[in-house]
Amino acid sequence: MVIDAYNAGLGERKAIYKYYAQAIPSAYAIDSDNCRQLGQGKKCGICAKVCPTGAIDYKQKEQMLDLEVGAVILSTGFHAFDPGRFDTYNYAGLPNVVTAMEFERLLSAGGPTSGHLMRPSELSLKADLAAAEKGLSKLHKQLKQLEGKYGKTTGEMYDTFQSAGKDDKDLRRWETLAEQATELENRLRDLKAKQETAHEPKKIAWLQCVGSREINQCDNGYCSGVCCMYAIKEAVIAKEHAKDGLEAAIFFMDMRTYGKEFEQYYNRAQESGIRFVRSRIHTVESVPENDNLRLGYVTESGDMVSEDFDMVVLSVGLESSPEMQDLAAALGIELDHYNFAATSSFAPVATSRPGVFVCGVLQGPKDIPLSVMEASAAAGAAASNLSSARHTLVKEKTFPEERDVRAEPPRIGVFVCNCGVNISSVVRVKEVVEYAKSLPNVVYVQENLFSCSQDAQDKLVEVIKEQDLNRVVVAACSPRTHEPLFQETLRNSALNKYLYEQANIRDQCSWVHAGDPDAATEKAKDLVRMSVSRAALIEPLPMPSVPVTASALIVGGGVAGMVSALTLAKQGFKSTIVEQKDRLGGHALKLKKTWKGEDVSEFLGKLVEEVKAEANIDVLLNAEIKDTSGFVGNFKTTVSSNGTESLKEIEHGVTILATGAHSIAPQEYFYGKSERVFRWHELDEAWDSDLVKNASSAVFIQCVGSREPQRPHCSKICCTFSVQKAVELKERNPDMDVYILYRDIRTYGEREDLYKEARRRGVIFVRFDTDHKPVVEQVEGGLQVTVIDHILRRPITLKADFATLASAIETRDIAGLAQQFKVPVSQDNFFLEVHMKLRPVDFATDGVFVCGLAHYPKPIDESIAQAQAAAARAATILAQKSIEVEGVVSTVDETLCRGCGKCVEVCPYGAPQLVEVAQDVHVSRIQEALCKGCGACAVACPTGAAAIRHFNDREVLTMVEAALCE
Amino acid sequence: MTAEFEPKIIAFCCNWCAYAGADLAGVSRIQYPPNIRVIRVMCSGRVSPDFILRAFQLGADGVLVSG
Repeated sequence: MVIDAYNAGLGERKAIYKYYAQAIPSAYAIDSDNCRQLGQGKKCGICAKVCPTGAIDYKQKEQMLDLEVGAVILSTGFHAFDPGRFDTYNYAGLPNVVTAMEFERLLSAGGPTSGHLMRPSELSLKADLAAAEKGLSKLHKQLKQLEGKYGKTTGEMYDTFQSAGKDDKDLRRWETLAEQATELENRLRDLKAKQETAHEPKKIAWLQCVGSREINQCDNGYCSGVCCMYAIKEAVIAKEHAKDGLEAAIFFMDMRTYGKEFEQYYNRAQESGIRFVRSRIHTVESVPENDNLRLGYVTESGDMVSEDFDMVVLSVGLESSPEMQDLAAALGIELDHYNFAATSSFAPVATSRPGVFVCGVLQGPKDIPLSVMEASAAAGAAASNLSSARHTLVKEKTFPEERDVRAEPPRIGVFVCNCGVNISSVVRVKEVVEYAKSLPNVVYVQENLFSCSQDAQDKLVEVIKEQDLNRVVVAACSPRTHEPLFQETLRNSALNKYLYEQANIRDQCSWVHAGDPDAATEKAKDLVRMSVSRAALIEPLPMPSVPVTASALIVGGGVAGMVSALTLAKQGFKSTIVEQKDRLGGHALKLKKTWKGEDVSEFLGKLVEEVKAEANIDVLLNAEIKDTSGFVGNFKTTVSSNGTESLKEIEHGVTILATGAHSIAPQEYFYGKSERVFRWHELDEAWDSDLVKNASSAVFIQCVGSREPQRPHCSKICCTFSVQKAVELKERNPDMDVYILYRDIRTYGEREDLYKEARRRGVIFVRFDTDHKPVVEQVEGGLQVTVIDHILRRPITLKADFATLASAIETRDIAGLAQQFKVPVSQDNFFLEVHMKLRPVDFATDGVFVCGLAHYPKPIDESIAQAQAAAARAATILAQKSIEVEGVVSTVDETLCRGCGKCVEVCPYGAPQLVEVAQDVHVSRIQEALCKGCGACAVACPTGAAAIRHFNDREVLTMVEAALCE
Repeated sequence: MTAEFEPKIIAFCCNWCAYAGADLAGVSRIQYPPNIRVIRVMCSGRVSPDFILRAFQLGADGVLVSG
């Protein structure tokens, strides 16, 4: 057995292994270091002997490949911080101090404990006990043999030993074995005594910022940006897993839940009883009698507390690896001072070397959604460089012309798979094969070892022709994974791909009824019968392809909109930018510098010029969307522009929504009533005014309107902005008193440097909570701000020449647009993408994408990355000449339709439309490209006019009947 | 009554969630009684009350709609 690195060293695997259950490619590999045959020079070869397909080749060698490419994308990820180097946390010495990565495996259903919450001390105790018991029983067996041979007990052996002398080989061995047995018995007794105090964790502590925001014991001055969220997630899941309740406490400095819907998750975690303690733990001590851990910490009221926990989870940060530094050196790209790839805020996925792009944590600490956005952005940026070579390396796949089988009676072929031993070790496949032969319409049955292998596919093509099959049933794994493969084989055999049906006798049969071969075999027969009955009814379906209009409509002419238009233009696609205002630029017009000090206005000026000069981009100002219709590849939108009544109709293949967001006008802190109170961008505008220039003290108030019950989201960019401005004020006038009144400072990622810089320059940070918000008063010659100091725990009064409010960011009037483009809006009133982690720029409606602040507040570098991502995703559609529409769609029999509109009501995708066919006579028509094939309309239709292809009533009911007919 | 009552259960599973969940149970080797027959549909919204009534009429002891 080998220590399993995937399970963070908590489990074991063999020398031949798959990295993890869902690994892609889903293939086994030999770990040559631990292989007896390859690494240890011993004779083995067992795997080659048992492999039914002969896939094992011990002679494979590492190869050097030379690839000629036009661009390189680096996405090598990160290295989790190793807390073993800190003695404070005692990670190396105490088993129940684990890293968050290890805890993740302990929570996983595929992990070493199958998701059962256990402490590592108990895990190893269990393993030790089992090993000791096994060893002891082996020794006892050996001793018994000797006892039998000599007819004496082991006790009596010693006498014999004395008289026979020490030369007797048997006796000498007997003595050693007896000693070993005593030793092991003692050990077993100790282990069993220990088991008495063994218990599942009932109380777990998470310690934040381990290896992040830390410059004393390591050089990771940055915030890793993801640990606050993953710690909360782990605590929530651990509480769900623990059967009899679990006490969870998270020890943190600032809670950084700055992402989309993160703050609401944090709020829910607090409501569910997870304790959040604002304190950085300095020592973890062991409680030896029960393997518990003692934490010493200082509470917010200044008391020293000692508290015991069953387990401590270290929320370890993300860092660049030494391998990455070697790779960067080899590729000649620059790294920043934390060894992440150096990039500009204006080209967030471009490295210092043209043609080499970067995405993910390699570019800086970040979470999954932003990594995915950057991945698409890098693909888009690379594609822009390579657009002249597009399609040059593509081989087009062709299929033989489809045979029309509609007039033929069904001739069904059934192929039953063994899946190696995955099915055949439980289900008696031969019996299923014989049974299938008895079913109606079945003309051919075959057993396969692996139905999905290439040779089996080739054979399938032959058999379909030879036997003149017109329906195929494969009884094997899940159609979710393999249906497309078999459908393609059908197309290669001149059959329509919808003449295929799959019975899932592995994932939903042999694997889940391993202990009951009889019942599993019966079930497999039932599943085959159900599939055969359905196969007899299924029909070939048309897959119409529709041409694509190779241009985009981009709503919003801010940085996000312009960047996506330019990214598309560089790939050769036209786009129209529709901007509400009379100029391009959006909110970036109000910004001066990024947090890294880059000049925003200079960048913006160039960007606007580039857009105006680009022949592929058409800009409509003072414009408004009036109406839109159509579907992916074929949208039609009516726009009014420049205040004229004349409407313009634009045809476009995709739509990108980049409408941005606004900062609210606060109703508190004298905003709008005193010239000394600014919103954050207004400070930039007033930067050179006498009031700001001559000020001797300034106050920033954070979270104005954000993270409050009426607007629970975090506006994400305001902490960085205020800290940046505070530093700039101090740079201009080091004697100025600058205060930042905050709730949590959320300078995530490498922005943490700025926070450090602000403290170094003497900016004073005062934390407040929502129960004691700061009070601003107007006094003679300035403002007076009263706030309760979190260290002194008493009110302090600050004199300020001006105050800057970090006012919340929200969208304005997006409901109308959302309705027009049939896309959803989140509770926070931002556009809601189809999947918040994995598809951060796509909507469920095909062909519509989102980027920029309309998705969520974000800094300019993230907006640009998301804009490039949206363009890259859009280009995947625009690059196709036509798109094939899925055949599983609804249809309406117009002779039965009475135009009641029930289908229109229930369809979540807006596919059915009522059309007036004669005066006051309406019928429903399905726009097939919009239909997702859910079939809700077929259920809602009172007359049976609406039906769903491939899953019509007969096709489903026959399975019900077949299931219950025996 | 005979020794053991073995119910016949028909399950309508949405291809995108519940059916994927049933596959995952297999991948995770979670064991459950073999009394259930799963029918895959593209959405639980496809499951018409007629399907459920027909299943009961034909002797199903339980119908599960999952999606």
